[in-house]
Amino acid sequence: MVIILKAIMISGRTLGQGATCEAKMSPEFFKATSTCALAESDYDALGIPKDGNVLVRTRSGEVVVSAKREGGIPPGLIFMPMGPWANAVVGPKTGGCGTPLYKGVEVEVTGTDRRVKGVRELFADLETEGQR
Amino acid sequence: MIAEDVLCPFCGCLCDDIKVEVEEGKIVGVKRACRLGSSKILGHERTTAPMIRVDGELLETTYEEAYDQAAQILKEAKRPLLYGWCSTVCETAKLGILLAEEVGGVVDSTATVCHGPSIIGIEEKGMAGATLGQIKNRADLIVFWGANPAEAHPRHTVRYSSNARGMFTPDGRGGRKVIVVDVRETRTAKNADKFILIKPGTDYEVLSALRMIVQGKGEIVPETVAGVAKSDLEEAAAMMLAAKFGVVLIGLGLTHSRGRYKNVDNALSLVADLNGFTKFVVMAMRGHYNVAGFGQVCAWSTGFPMAVDLSRGAPYFNPGETAACDLLAKREADAMMVVAADPASNFPRATVGGMVEIPVIQIDPFPNPTTLLADVVIPTAVCGIEAEGTAYRMDGLSLRMKKVVDSPYPTDEEAVREILDRVRRLSDDN
Repeated sequence: MVIILKAIMISGRTLGQGATCEAKMSPEFFKATSTCALAESDYDALGIPKDGNVLVRTRSGEVVVSAKREGGIPPGLIFMPMGPWANAVVGPKTGGCGTPLYKGVEVEVTGTDRRVKGVRELFADLETEGQR
Repeated sequence: MIAEDVLCPFCGCLCDDIKVEVEEGKIVGVKRACRLGSSKILGHERTTAPMIRVDGELLETTYEEAYDQAAQILKEAKRPLLYGWCSTVCETAKLGILLAEEVGGVVDSTATVCHGPSIIGIEEKGMAGATLGQIKNRADLIVFWGANPAEAHPRHTVRYSSNARGMFTPDGRGGRKVIVVDVRETRTAKNADKFILIKPGTDYEVLSALRMIVQGKGEIVPETVAGVAKSDLEEAAAMMLAAKFGVVLIGLGLTHSRGRYKNVDNALSLVADLNGFTKFVVMAMRGHYNVAGFGQVCAWSTGFPMAVDLSRGAPYFNPGETAACDLLAKREADAMMVVAADPASNFPRATVGGMVEIPVIQIDPFPNPTTLLADVVIPTAVCGIEAEGTAYRMDGLSLRMKKVVDSPYPTDEEAVREILDRVRRLSDDN
């Protein structure tokens, strides 16, 4: 049985993301950004193995990222560093002020065996979607 | 050689005390900068030559051809979007706005995906502001609301706010109180005297409850507000009222969440209320080192700080209609020029789909996902390291960025000027 966690996603700056954000094609940016932090209890409830991945899904899209535990995060909240992986599940609406809702996104999270796509793969897919 | 008092071209702190070690024209060391700043100053992989996309592949070309192609794209477009401008200097922004006017386009900055809602909130409410120097020297209460400087502005606390030692704050952190309001216990929260954990998207409610308590109407506030105990809010309100000089430093927790500019409006209103009892100021923790500068240049040249439509003969500002994300999401823009930004990474994926279908010009020192979607790529010098110019710190103080080393690349300013000149010549030809 697949366990689904209904959660709220927020995205934002981390030191690792910021230190590599002018080197976005680098493995360091990939490592710092294609990830998702969960509360320890949520991590355990989803049965994610050590260094495992999660699938994060919204009405706007889905993305596979690596999972990690983080003590400061309350259950029901997930944190993703700002960047193309987090933005795969952020919707385009701007609430009349030009700014998407990068925080407070309703998401579903499940453990997955699927691998995390690299930055070039992520955008190659976008081109295909765009031509549809 | 050691270059002294270099300004850091990363975040809105615009730290001006950096030491950069240069050997044979190359940067070999950085002192005093944080991890974010030193990483940028020490350098990353560069785009080494201008490129034009031919049959789906980016091929190297000359700067002349790249400028020609960029001018042609902008000239032919009916609804060009000129976006970015915040990791470059004001001199570039000034020319970019002229270019947008020349091609009848829309000019927008990264502010609209950052503190844009703060600017709208300030336009609605007005702001009791201060310089970072005043905060450093006087503030005895610091409130970080939806802001995490420990990761986003690592030297802010030491140079300007909670942990800084100033003229009237000689005890530094020991002489100040710190309140952090956030949806998770961040590293910044661990430095707080009082941490208030709120549910995501409830900033407006919590701010409203605080305002009621501050104004002596606490009896009508329920026992819990959005999961926060009333006693916690009463304690925070008492700390605010007891301050001689308080400051609320607002982060993207307010602008990126449900409520957006209304959250900011309410935070500004709380500060206005508190000024009925004591001295309180408020400041947005601006992200890019010159996002504030673009706002200044755009405001003095068009009357508006961002998302300005210059297609109508007079500047028109209506974020939600004229912001970059809206133009792309609605597939309204038919060409895009990106200067010193990476919207492919930082916009929602569905929005970025709007860039796939149109010609994109990129002016930037570094390769990034926007390069993958670009049709013309123009590499430039890194402002503040390889090119000088003016930038505005998050408090609105203008400072002169230095050139530390030479670069084989043109500056952003030169690249935009070349394109502007070509667009004007194309106009004359017609």
